[in-house]
Amino acid sequence: MSGIPHDHYEPKTKGEKWLDSRLPIVGLLYNTIMIPTPKNLNWMWIWGIVLTFCLALQIITGIVLAMHYTPHVDVAFASVEHIMRNVNGGHMIRYLHANGASLFFIAVYAHIFRGLYYGSYKAPREITWIIGMLIYLLMMGTAFMGYVLPWGQMSFWGATVITGLFGAIPFIGEPIQTLLLGGPAVDNATLNRFFSLHYLFPFLIAGLVMVHIWAFHTTGNNNPTGVEVRRTSKAEAGKDTVSFWPYFVIKDLFALAVLLAGFFAIVGFMPNYLGHPDNYIEANPLATPAHIVPEWYFLPFYAILRAFTAEVWVVQFASFITAGIIDAKFFGVLAMFGAIIVLALAPWLDTSSVRSARYRPMLKWWFGILVFDFFALMWLGAMPAEEPYATLSLIASAYWFGYFLIILPLLGIIEKPDSQPLSIEEDFNNKHVKKIKKADELYAKPDATPAE
Amino acid sequence: MRFLKLGRNMLSACFIASTSFAAGGGGYIEDFDFSFEGPLGTYDQTQLQRGLKVYTEVCSSCHGLKYVPLRTLADEDGLGYSDEQVRAYAEYYEIFDPELDDYRPAVPADHFPAVVDAGAPDLSLMAKARAGFHGPYGTGISQLVNGMGGAEYIASLLTGYTGEEKEEYGSVFYENTAYPGKWIAMSPPLYGEDVDFDDGHANDIYSEAEDVAAFLMWAAEPKMMARKHTGFVGVLFLVILSVLLYLTNKRLWAPIKKESISS
Repeated sequence: MSGIPHDHYEPKTKGEKWLDSRLPIVGLLYNTIMIPTPKNLNWMWIWGIVLTFCLALQIITGIVLAMHYTPHVDVAFASVEHIMRNVNGGHMIRYLHANGASLFFIAVYAHIFRGLYYGSYKAPREITWIIGMLIYLLMMGTAFMGYVLPWGQMSFWGATVITGLFGAIPFIGEPIQTLLLGGPAVDNATLNRFFSLHYLFPFLIAGLVMVHIWAFHTTGNNNPTGVEVRRTSKAEAGKDTVSFWPYFVIKDLFALAVLLAGFFAIVGFMPNYLGHPDNYIEANPLATPAHIVPEWYFLPFYAILRAFTAEVWVVQFASFITAGIIDAKFFGVLAMFGAIIVLALAPWLDTSSVRSARYRPMLKWWFGILVFDFFALMWLGAMPAEEPYATLSLIASAYWFGYFLIILPLLGIIEKPDSQPLSIEEDFNNKHVKKIKKADELYAKPDATPAE
Repeated sequence: MRFLKLGRNMLSACFIASTSFAAGGGGYIEDFDFSFEGPLGTYDQTQLQRGLKVYTEVCSSCHGLKYVPLRTLADEDGLGYSDEQVRAYAEYYEIFDPELDDYRPAVPADHFPAVVDAGAPDLSLMAKARAGFHGPYGTGISQLVNGMGGAEYIASLLTGYTGEEKEEYGSVFYENTAYPGKWIAMSPPLYGEDVDFDDGHANDIYSEAEDVAAFLMWAAEPKMMARKHTGFVGVLFLVILSVLLYLTNKRLWAPIKKESISS
């Protein structure tokens, strides 16, 4: 599939030839699993496998949960308790599913920031990046609707707040909100359609994951140097790459096993750590919780949403220019979606010809601040909407947009990149020769010092 | 009359709402040393049985446990009563049977009855719906070792009355050091020596509060011990698998790395 020259599947036996001439499925699987992969990939390239595992875990546990869950406002909460108490292993399946969502988002954020640091979004991988962003959006939708299903207090009020965002859109907002809710307020119709869509979206994600893989198998993987695999001949490509199976499958499985050990510790010993206690109180439209806090993975964008209040001059200016059509509420919504849109537009905002931040001395620092900024926004999203958090949120939001809209375009012009290795092979050899030298020095020491 | 009841329920619902972020701060939560804390913690069966007695003789007059099936009192990992004991205990409750259109004594297949008349919240999930001083935004290690603190919250609340009371809008409120708003509508339920335990265990207010909090933790999370067991086996298996995969990976890559040095 990829443009990198490599051995292709050759049907040998009569049976294989028979099948291959009718449906070349074995060849497709062979070429996918044997794809030449840059041999210098580091540990940040494990997240793809982790994400695929998460999707499978969520679909499998989700299908089992759906067998016992009832999407009706009168019994949804009770049916979850039924799963927790009466269904064989139900408590484990539910906790795996609930915490699986968190593992999924940890992995997707690591995956996205990996892409940002090593310039994986740059030509010719823009389509891979855009598909990835669509997957991320669908993931957020799926996770949000999934959190509504247990019909606890946070489910109900989270749904009320988030669907209210759509109501802030001028002119068409209210019809959209009504369509989402299936009525004037969050009620049984909302729960039913959320359940239906929560079941549908993962399969859309699975489809997009295939396209995502197809796209980067066509361009080949990026790698920590950002230098392309040499493609002039099979021999030369072979010096830069190894086949995905078994080299990266085993490496990724090792990383997955380590992560899952931590994941199982959380599921087994503190499964409610990432949840909110309020969600063990059944939804009550008459009692608003003191603080409505979204799940941790939404917090950075929630902080951006809340940062733009009517006191901010940018908001006042936008409101003045548009004769009040863009009010503070709508501006917040625009900012929140805008924060994801600028992320998706990174391939066109970054003007540097160098892919990897490893050879971009200035970007390294700005990227470090961006990572810090992301965690700062996450923390601010969980804080109450008061000072000093409001001002800090505004600063952190400004940096998020500044990184994509000012720093990325500007650095390409003013930054003087370091020299890059000529090939992946050179990078790989350098790294291992250095390691061996270090080991030699270590072994050499005992000779220099007396034994006792 | 019905309307009045609804109004009272709504009023109590408001109290639930105002306490719903007990996690964030407010009242003072004491750190009780429960047997079920930590990755290896287990329920203390005799403590749960004592807690059930406190619930039955004190709490159940106003609070229900509608999500807890009575038959689960026979669970090995929980209170561990025999089937006969559970059947005898179940008869204590009167359940409305829509088929008979009348009340009948409960059987083990029934749940604990929901009690709505007093406008008091159901206690089935209370130990998970409240978090004590530990979280939910506390550090992970603290939660791993101490749990969410829901049981601590309950025990602190039951022992946190100062004796002060005030009247507002015709309702009496009692000062409580654990309650986030300081003033709670529930009158002090325990005074000490409210219940006599069969095993002669101390029945001062602290012991009673601790025991009933432990029981309510079980009511909220009856599968906790099975879950911890699964977690333990899972982590052990994955650690061994990780080591094996690490060694496999190292060996697999060795020739590729060696090649790079010789070149």
